[in-house]
Amino acid sequence: MADTLLKIGGLTKRFGGVVASDNIALDIVAGELHAIIGPNGAGKTTLIGQLSGELTPDTGQVFFDGQDITALPAYRRSAMGLGRTFQITSLFPDFTALDNVALAVQAHAGHSFHFWRDARMESDLREPARAALARAGLSNRADEIVANMSHGEHRQLELAMALATRPRLLLLDEPMAGLGPEESSRMVKTLRELKQEITILLIEHDMEAVFALADRISVLVYGRVIASGEPAAIRANAEVRQAYLGEQEAVSAPGAGHG
Amino acid sequence: MKSWLTPRNAFVTALMIVLALLPVYSALTGNTFMVTLFTRILILAIAAVSLNLIMGFGGMVSFGHAAYLGIGGYVVGILAKEGINSGFVQWPLALVLSGLFALAVGALSLRTRGVYFIMITLAFAQMVYYIANGLDRYGGDDGLTIQRRSDFGGLINLSNRTVFYYLCLVLLMATVYFVWRMVNSRFGLVIQGARSNERRMRAIGFPTFRYKLTCFVIAGVLCGLSGVLLANHTNFISPALMHWTRSGDLIVMAVLGGMGTVFGPVIGAVALLVLEEALPHLMGLASYLATGKEVAAAKEYWQLILGPMMLLIVIYARGGIEGLISGRRRG
Amino acid sequence: MLYLLEQSLNGIQLGMLLFLLAAGLTLIFGIMDFVNLAHGSLYMLGAYFAATFVGLTDSFLAGIALGLVATFFAGIVLEVIAIRPLYGRDHLDHVLGTFGLLIFFNELVRLIWGPAGLTISLPSQMLTAVQVIPGIYYPIYRLVTIGATLTVALLLYILVMRTRVGMLIRAGASNREMVGALGVNIKLLYTLVFGLGAALAGFAGMMQAPLAFVQIGMGENILILAFVVIIIGGIGSIRGAFVAAIIVGLIDTMGRAFLPDLVRTFLSYSAGSSAGPALSSMLIYTLMALVLIFRPEGLFPASSK
Repeated sequence: MADTLLKIGGLTKRFGGVVASDNIALDIVAGELHAIIGPNGAGKTTLIGQLSGELTPDTGQVFFDGQDITALPAYRRSAMGLGRTFQITSLFPDFTALDNVALAVQAHAGHSFHFWRDARMESDLREPARAALARAGLSNRADEIVANMSHGEHRQLELAMALATRPRLLLLDEPMAGLGPEESSRMVKTLRELKQEITILLIEHDMEAVFALADRISVLVYGRVIASGEPAAIRANAEVRQAYLGEQEAVSAPGAGHG
Repeated sequence: MKSWLTPRNAFVTALMIVLALLPVYSALTGNTFMVTLFTRILILAIAAVSLNLIMGFGGMVSFGHAAYLGIGGYVVGILAKEGINSGFVQWPLALVLSGLFALAVGALSLRTRGVYFIMITLAFAQMVYYIANGLDRYGGDDGLTIQRRSDFGGLINLSNRTVFYYLCLVLLMATVYFVWRMVNSRFGLVIQGARSNERRMRAIGFPTFRYKLTCFVIAGVLCGLSGVLLANHTNFISPALMHWTRSGDLIVMAVLGGMGTVFGPVIGAVALLVLEEALPHLMGLASYLATGKEVAAAKEYWQLILGPMMLLIVIYARGGIEGLISGRRRG
Repeated sequence: MLYLLEQSLNGIQLGMLLFLLAAGLTLIFGIMDFVNLAHGSLYMLGAYFAATFVGLTDSFLAGIALGLVATFFAGIVLEVIAIRPLYGRDHLDHVLGTFGLLIFFNELVRLIWGPAGLTISLPSQMLTAVQVIPGIYYPIYRLVTIGATLTVALLLYILVMRTRVGMLIRAGASNREMVGALGVNIKLLYTLVFGLGAALAGFAGMMQAPLAFVQIGMGENILILAFVVIIIGGIGSIRGAFVAAIIVGLIDTMGRAFLPDLVRTFLSYSAGSSAGPALSSMLIYTLMALVLIFRPEGLFPASSK
């Protein structure tokens, strides 16, 4: 039995009459890359909101590494080793790329009630930040102001920031969103390296990337998990094909050829 | 390595030299008015710098900052009236009370965002304003004359005009330096990060509320200091010290000078207060040039110009004077 | 007991006044996302216009009607010239820009009408008091004010909830792009809403004018009370503004009326008279603080996010 790093049980969240999460139960196994797919409006963003601590579920629990984190605020979860990226790029646009990542390092380097020393001169913040930038493939853009960087670079920076918090579990909310083919394949390459070291929960629309990367896939439709299993099993699942892949035959076909 | 000889730095240096030499000029010419005016400017500059710490760097637009001017001033005034003139008692007490008030207001208002925050800080300041109005023993809405300035034994004599001017200048410079160190420290980066993207700050692991609250309290204490100085400067306190339009003036100073830098509000304070002094004369002059005789009304209605000027600055020159000098625009 | 009833009516009357101001503020904020500090200036302008027109026409009603039209158009001119460039900017810009406008209007009024202030005299039939219940006489004008404001509130409700324009206003508040996509002239809609807000504020100023003095800066302190009202009621919510306005009006009036006596039973006589206003305003701000702690979005959040 492999260790379960993140355990989700009976998670339900309603918005008015809409059930965005309907009794979701999932186990994310340590060391795996677990992908969640589903059509638009399936409740993927709501799910990640509840996992990262921005939304509180109506019922159900989330356990991280055996601890109940259901009621913990976002910053506490981050401190425990639950990192995330955002679907819509969420950075500090006036700062440089290095500043952005250094801030993420700082968040996990004790409290920040230091009023005097110039934080941009502190090597124990800057060095790990440079390392995280390098892993995300942005070494040469460290001193660029974020507002002046491209969308693809923003996505890489998102990843670098999440890495700088030294997460044990990384929640990736559509990291490929808006990327061109070349940028996408670079991102897939980066993620493939990362999954050697970090457990990843990947929410993604790009089927090709999902089937290339995932050890396990769960399918979310109308807030419910309708199937969960290894990529081959998911591809073969009739219900999934009907509910989801069927609509996107053109997209899933190359993925099928891939495996 | 960036060059230090930028237009901005040249301007700041020139301003510093003028401020440092002003009492000398005044002694030579016998013009004491300038020292009085600029003492006031230095004091309000401290308040503007403290406001800019939370507003420009922390993104917390407080419309109640004048409340701390009032608290600082009233502590000095009330203690003086009760016969306690020692600055060693008055000043620390004023700063502590300013800080405590900031703690209470901040703890409540920082739970909210945007326009709620603006209005709530405004409302709490208004509450202090009404309380001061109700203090009959201390003059009510007429205010209270302070018979003696704060007494620091033989250490420093605040009643000497020149000494007091330099004290204010030193305290202003110390405030600017302190704030400058702070905004570049770990703490300052957290504050700026929270202004820029608070959601992300929490996602990477920062409990932003406690940092913002701390920042809010520090700004309150610094502005309380400004209130202490102001009461000593005018020898008078009244609720007008914290009328809400005064909070508006402080915002104008911070924005006029440019919010992106620590020194900007100093420039803004000098600009606004000198403008207030000069505009009536300028309008009198303009009316003289236009009609051949000075029209008294033109001098009187100078605020007709000031108001629209503020609007135009907001619409067209958002970076403030600093931005114009250094060619940088914000927003 | 009778005094209590009289003071309740006064409180409701103040509440109605606050509602007129707060309704405009909250509409303008809810729809244009615009913070308007110069709203109090429109209150002041309304009072000055009414005072002038009542003087010119010698008729109270005609003066009020002309004053309303004048304030409406003043609001429209203001919106087109000065407010429009500020839409979409951050709130700090709104605060600063309209703070400048407020200074400008105070000075403009001083230039046009002089520093002395004006009064509006009521027609004689409004000067009397009526017996509201046996033993209680209440000034007829105050009752008229309450009635007129309630009528306005009702009309506003019908306008917003039952008409096509109101539908656009509500839609505009929740989704700007959609309304634009429907081919509605958003600019015109904004201008009209601003004019409507101005007229409401002006109406409040006029109704209050005969009871107080028409003077420069008269709109400033009451504007802040109106802010408190919309914070308590929930920004963007007319219903919230209505309920909160009455609550705040009652607390303020009752506090001023009864707290001094309460203080006097513990302290000296003079302490009571001076502490009354301070205490009643503290009550209001305490209420606001409580609302913020337990319902940070106000009592009636306009949009439940």
